[in-house]
Amino acid sequence: MIQLEGIRKTFKVAKRSAGLRQALKALFVREYSQVNALEGISFSIREGEIVGYIGPNGAGKSTTIKIMSGILLPDGGTCSILGYTPWEERVAYVRNIGVVFGQRTQLWWDVPVLDSFELLKDIYLIPPGEYRSNLALLTETLGIGDLLQTPVRQLSLGQRMRCEIAASLLHGPRILFLDEPTIGLDAVSKLAVRQFVKTINREKGVTVILTTHDMSDIEALADRILLIGKGRLLYDGKLEELRGRFESLPMDDIIVRLYREFRL
Amino acid sequence: MNLYFRYLTILFKSQLQYRTSFWLLAAGQFFIPFFVFAGVYFLFQRFGEIRGWTFYEVALCFGVIHMAFSLSECVARGFDSFSALVVSGDFDRLLVRPRGTVVQVLGSKFEFSRVGRLVQSLFVLIWAVTQVQVEWSAAKAVTLLLMVVCGVMIFTGIFILAATMCFWTIQGLEAANIFTDGGREMAQYPLTIYEKGIRIFFTFVIPFGCVNYLPLLYVLDKQEGSGFLYMLIPLAGALFLLPCLWIWRIGVRRYRSTGS
Repeated sequence: MIQLEGIRKTFKVAKRSAGLRQALKALFVREYSQVNALEGISFSIREGEIVGYIGPNGAGKSTTIKIMSGILLPDGGTCSILGYTPWEERVAYVRNIGVVFGQRTQLWWDVPVLDSFELLKDIYLIPPGEYRSNLALLTETLGIGDLLQTPVRQLSLGQRMRCEIAASLLHGPRILFLDEPTIGLDAVSKLAVRQFVKTINREKGVTVILTTHDMSDIEALADRILLIGKGRLLYDGKLEELRGRFESLPMDDIIVRLYREFRL
Repeated sequence: MNLYFRYLTILFKSQLQYRTSFWLLAAGQFFIPFFVFAGVYFLFQRFGEIRGWTFYEVALCFGVIHMAFSLSECVARGFDSFSALVVSGDFDRLLVRPRGTVVQVLGSKFEFSRVGRLVQSLFVLIWAVTQVQVEWSAAKAVTLLLMVVCGVMIFTGIFILAATMCFWTIQGLEAANIFTDGGREMAQYPLTIYEKGIRIFFTFVIPFGCVNYLPLLYVLDKQEGSGFLYMLIPLAGALFLLPCLWIWRIGVRRYRSTGS
């Protein structure tokens, strides 16, 4: 269902050097350096999988998510998701996906949660019947029935995250991208979010791709992990296998070991 | 269009949360152009008229331009404050929604406090319309309406151009104010009072002339030849919006390939 083949992406980054003279020079002449964010990433994901996409900061996780959600154009490689090329048929494609950026909100800050949901209904042109049934299901399973009339700015982080997830599923997407959904959450909210992701995966067959730094998220949810570092895919398979290979070292040590192994 | 009104509703609800701030801002927005207008008034008290234009004729011009400006500041505020959308990364969010970017950016913000400015310019316009020595007709009223509507389109076009610059540089915004605020200050007077170069620039490059000076000639019975052409000339000015939207698309494409 999701197929990435040799996806490459390079960013041009303006060089910055210390010192006033260098800064003045940079006003007129800019030197750029190439940063290879992704150097040929290939993988495929089947319908109904929950895949953990992990790697250290700057490994290229968000870049991959942005390419898969149609925000960014890659420099090379092909990507086919549900038969669409995300960056070419953006508007038609994004109807089928839900995206949660853990760090940012997609809800309107000053109005009750329900108002945001209603507006999303109009943005996604969700038929009224479907909207009602999705909303009923989501409010019940996420336990946000009491929060719907509260302005978003008065919600706690955990409450807000549950509303965020509900917002990204109102239009019944077949794929859900979760970019660090549990960042900063307390234990109770974390567990609630995990439980919910499992539920919609099982009951609605939603394919989930999640990035996280929290290994317990992965343990609780993902059947499979994709580990990337410095723009390359280092490992694709079950978490236990990786653990077995490295005698249950902590995840951070495993990544360092793999870097050494790949001479990165 | 329907979606745009939905956005408006939610923004209006948000605004209602901050009522005091709204009234203060609106009052401020009322008085800023009020003092500018008072300046024009005293200028004419001293000099009588400028190049054959009387005070009320200029006031008409002033009213039209300020009305167009304040309307477009309300409506196109999303583009005006677009750099915030890029810096915070919320523009990514717009790209994962199945709607065009223009309507979503327009819907991202609406500056209700500009209503103060709008009311002020409406006063000036009504005052000028009642005082100026002209025989009003339906056609002239339509022309006046066209002037305001197409003026909004030109200002919106400039806001879009300024926003597009954010795709190349985040801090390029001040440069664009030359054309929005500067354009407004220039265009509140009939173009004949300026040098030729400036007149050409504001007729063919940024076509303010098409929404104030030229149709105004018709409204004030100063035109030569057919009035019909003068009446429709604001529409030509509105065409300015098209290249702006085109450049916007290029900018969005660039954003999506550089991610910055």
